[in-house]
Amino acid sequence: MIRTLPTSNTYKRLFKLYVVLYFIFLFAPLLITCVLAFNDSQFPSLPWKGFTLDWFTANTETRVGILHDQINLDSIWVSFQVAFFVTLLATTVGTCGAFLFEQEDFRFKQMLYFLMLAPLVIPGVILGISILLFSNTLGMYFENTWNLDIELLRPSFWLVVLGQFSFIATLVTLVVSARLRKFDRTLEEAAMNLGANRLEVIWHITLKFLRPAIFGAAAVAFLMSFENFNTTLFLVGHEATLPINLYLQVRDGSTPVINSISFLLIVGTSLIALANLYFSRRAE
Amino acid sequence: MKNNRRWALFFFITPVLLWLVVMIVLPHIDLLIMSFRYETDDGQMTWSFNNYLSFFEEPIYWLTFVRTALFSILVTFLTFVIALPLAFYITKVVAPRFQGFLLVLLLLPFWVSELVRVYGWMILLRESGVINHFLLKLGLLQQPVEMLYRDTTMVLGLVYTSMLFMVVPIVSVLESLDDSLIEAAYDLGANMWSILFKIIIPHATPGIVAGSIVVFMLTLGNYLTPNLIGGKNSLWFTEQIYNQFIASFNWNQGSAFGFLLLVLSSLVVWLGLKLTRQNLKKVVQ
Repeated sequence: MIRTLPTSNTYKRLFKLYVVLYFIFLFAPLLITCVLAFNDSQFPSLPWKGFTLDWFTANTETRVGILHDQINLDSIWVSFQVAFFVTLLATTVGTCGAFLFEQEDFRFKQMLYFLMLAPLVIPGVILGISILLFSNTLGMYFENTWNLDIELLRPSFWLVVLGQFSFIATLVTLVVSARLRKFDRTLEEAAMNLGANRLEVIWHITLKFLRPAIFGAAAVAFLMSFENFNTTLFLVGHEATLPINLYLQVRDGSTPVINSISFLLIVGTSLIALANLYFSRRAE
Repeated sequence: MKNNRRWALFFFITPVLLWLVVMIVLPHIDLLIMSFRYETDDGQMTWSFNNYLSFFEEPIYWLTFVRTALFSILVTFLTFVIALPLAFYITKVVAPRFQGFLLVLLLLPFWVSELVRVYGWMILLRESGVINHFLLKLGLLQQPVEMLYRDTTMVLGLVYTSMLFMVVPIVSVLESLDDSLIEAAYDLGANMWSILFKIIIPHATPGIVAGSIVVFMLTLGNYLTPNLIGGKNSLWFTEQIYNQFIASFNWNQGSAFGFLLLVLSSLVVWLGLKLTRQNLKKVVQ
């Protein structure tokens, strides 16, 4: 059964086989995607025709690598910008949320807490359409009442940022709250007794303590924003983010350029994820 | 001092309230209102139940809805069945020094965009795909088989996408399971199955519930996987919502669909919590 109990060899072997099979299942699609990014062929499929970097660097009639593929490069840049602003907003508001729910007391706190958790149980598609509807309602209202045309309220870059922020902030709140709960509040009292006001205490003491959690949450927020599809789908304007852009290409047929982008994504996200893990382990 | 405190409360609550009211509460109220608005033949908007009525009158709509719900339950169950032994292996069977490594390995693929993962499956499974290539080479197949665009493939893709959200909560509850309970049961002559059903599963229930809720919700709201590898006749309810919004531009009908999906997912979360006497606050932590 478990480590300390005697078990038959068949049991051990079968269990090991199961786990190995699972990991093959887990990594097969990713590995094959990466491998085929380097295949010297017009299609992302076997047989293997030799190693090439064409799908990264070429710029010829028949092959345009990712480095010269302007549409894809643009969408990567858009995704970076979206993720940057989402991270900034979500980390700020989420940290406020953590302080609010861990250190403050007010009426209806419980109710507000459940409301904060709501984005976890709202499907991303629904979040997308309701924000689309609401921004449209607001936009119509401003246009009819004051004859104002507000760019922000139409499907656009900023609407995508707001839409993603609306559920990523919950995640940041939860991560930072978990750390804040471990904070020894006598440190605050000591600082206050020594004459610091609350703002100074938060700035010099509590935020210092929270720093690893905040950076960790920011990294998660960045990755979640970068790969978000469901909510973005309804809010995106003419500036497509990378997942939206890739989706359109995958749906209409594929070239190995998608593999090369996927390869870069896999390597990039793995590095961020591993770094995040390393730093959060070290913080503990 | 008192003044100071109020100021801090005000400072923290303002952004949070703005966020929750403007981005969550008001949009969903708008969704509800829109779902009850209906455009009559002469172009007037009126209050009406028509959007909901047409959901029940058109079999394609409610059948898709039921189909989506049933498949989500199936996916949740399969994910659980695959995840439990895995979580058990990682927490109780493997040598402790490999534990961390296995966990990291388990988490890593889920950081990669869902789109890339689905694309990987498409390369593997399609008619000119890698698996067909090998099966033909080995002589197991004479003709390539299209493995995409089937319900089975869609379920496979959905299970793959949701695995992490089941494994992680189960691993964390199993970590708190005292090994000596299993040892005692073993010494008293219990066999593997009774240990599984009387000790392991009861102890892991909070984690299983948390995982199931998240997996069910994510599957229900998934759009990419059914759309890309589920094929034309494996309709998913989110696709209906998308069609109403983007293709037919019937936002009122789409809102009604959206609201129904929201009700279904909240209902299942609530039921799951009630049946196992958990509350959301505990499950989240």
